[in-house]
Amino acid sequence: MTTLFEARGAHGERPSLTTGERIGSVLEYQLAVNRRTWRGRIFSRFLSPVFFLLAMGIGLGGLVDDRAGGVDGVPYLHFVVPAIVAVQAMWVAIGESTFPVLGNIMWDRMYDTMLGTPLRLRDLLAGHVLAVVGHIIMATLIFVGVAAAFGGFPTWGAVWCIPVAVLTGLAFTLPVFAFTARQEQDGGFNILFRMVVTPLMLFSGTFFPVAQLPVVLQPIAWVTPLWHGVEAGRALSLGRVDPPWLLLHLGVLVTFVVVGWVLAERSFTRRLIK
Amino acid sequence: MTGDTPDGDLLLRARGLTKTFGDFTAVDGVDFAVRRGEAFGFLGPNGAGKSSTMRMIGAVSPPSGGELRIFGLDPSTDGPRIRARLGVVPQQDQLDQELTVEENLWVYGRYFGLSRSQVRERAVELLEFAQLTERAKDKVEPLSGGMKRRLTIARSLISAPELLLLDEPTTGLDPQARHLLWDRLFRLKRQGVTLILTTHYMDEAEQLCDRLVVMDHGRIVAEGSPRQLIEQHSTREVLELRFDTDDHAEYAGKVAGVGERVEVLPDRLLVYAHDGDAAAAEVHSRGIEPLSSLVRRSTLEDVFLHLTGRTLVD
Ligand SMILES: Nc1ncnc2c1ncn2[C@@H]1O[C@H](COP(=O)(O)OP(=O)(O)OP(=O)(O)O)[C@@H](O)[C@H]1O
Ligand SMILES: [Mg+2]
Repeated sequence: MTTLFEARGAHGERPSLTTGERIGSVLEYQLAVNRRTWRGRIFSRFLSPVFFLLAMGIGLGGLVDDRAGGVDGVPYLHFVVPAIVAVQAMWVAIGESTFPVLGNIMWDRMYDTMLGTPLRLRDLLAGHVLAVVGHIIMATLIFVGVAAAFGGFPTWGAVWCIPVAVLTGLAFTLPVFAFTARQEQDGGFNILFRMVVTPLMLFSGTFFPVAQLPVVLQPIAWVTPLWHGVEAGRALSLGRVDPPWLLLHLGVLVTFVVVGWVLAERSFTRRLIK
Repeated sequence: MTGDTPDGDLLLRARGLTKTFGDFTAVDGVDFAVRRGEAFGFLGPNGAGKSSTMRMIGAVSPPSGGELRIFGLDPSTDGPRIRARLGVVPQQDQLDQELTVEENLWVYGRYFGLSRSQVRERAVELLEFAQLTERAKDKVEPLSGGMKRRLTIARSLISAPELLLLDEPTTGLDPQARHLLWDRLFRLKRQGVTLILTTHYMDEAEQLCDRLVVMDHGRIVAEGSPRQLIEQHSTREVLELRFDTDDHAEYAGKVAGVGERVEVLPDRLLVYAHDGDAAAAEVHSRGIEPLSSLVRRSTLEDVFLHLTGRTLVD
């Protein structure tokens, strides 16, 4: 007790924090919050790929392979697994960028708390985004591990699915942060899940090639990050890389990340600085 | 101490400070200055603009107009440097309900760049201070309102701030916890910590504040030490009269001229007079029979009532 009130030496100007320390302190907070729930999450992130692999890869895949001899000359399992890696990255990214972010904005108002300290707005944004990236990495590693055990990947190129999935997740994380910061309540998330997430999952060349869609619908797939993530991951996993296409896919994903960051910073400023 | 306050011991200066939200002006061109080591208070009815002012001082809410310097720095360009030296108790507790009591302190200390061992060490002292040691490992969510308030106050001290901003610090605290906090704040002040607080309790303002301003509708309507304010805006004594009526305004005319001024409250009349006993005798000699009459000294409450037309706690 005495030191608390006699700690005068601590007063006055302290050396200012480095950007790494600032972002690190926010990341630490997000990890502390997640420590309570990580066991449950790992469990569900382990089970959901198993379900998917059983249903799509083995169940549906058996049918497709018997009747059509696979897709694009490869077994259905090899076709669909890299796509599900990307879909799952999208799910995790969106799940972690909606309710938890709105909670920090308006329920526990942790962002306001952070803004009362030496942290800057972009520190708390970067720290939280990094925490989401951590979730995406964890989920992707688990999925890829499980899928590999099921024989889901024909080549070692599949290892590259991991960074591509993380990039795909990020391409969703930042725009969704921007979206969330404009919500007054969580009702908007239902629309996001029903009108964006589900159609994207179904029509981005995940379960069947985009070429199967009516021609007018195909361009829609081209402008969504998921299609690019799926195509890039699939090419790498199947060992069918076409460098210009790969660069295009990755370039689109990076563009979503960069533009998303600008939008997120703008919405956060509008929402939090009053 | 740091040589960055050009006005000598002035820690904070506001000139024409304004805050607007859309068309609405919440803070309307206020001027004030706070010296190092001082305890400075904002009094004012709900919506007067106290919290809006505090948030500008806390370098989280950008001023819409006027000039503000904190530690000689401009909050619009040096926000992080200013905030590194502040301790903030917002009007509403913003604690992470999912984390434990001690985790809330650790995490917060890290935002200021304190090391892990520093935050752990200080958390122990601060929990002692807030009388929450037994609850250190409990989640915040089930704590009582007053305990959460104490935790928020403890948290604001983790960075050993030189300026402490307290927005209604003791709202929700029981009398024992309030007195304990006053004692702690006194000690901090003796150590040279500058305090800026808002309150709806006049005893708190009188106890803690060297100087205070009364705000109403975004403007400062009076400024001075508690004693000066009472001298300037009230009489030495007050005669309180209660009558057997639903409307005390009926009796206002009858006692007119007894003191310098009469104030009508829903449940009593306040007669402001230099000599309260003499005023009571005068009421009696006019043949007016109150249910009860009481003479007391003027307090800040009377100043507040006179300046804003409202009681402090409403
Ligand atoms: N973010 C905001 N947007 C719009 N109006 C606001 C905002 N913050 C405050 N106000 C308005 O500004 C005025 C002053 O509010 P403020 O919170 O500063 O009052 P206060 O003196 O702290 O009151 P109280 O004693 O109730 O805490 C109020 O009318 C309030 O509605
Ligand atoms: Mg207020």
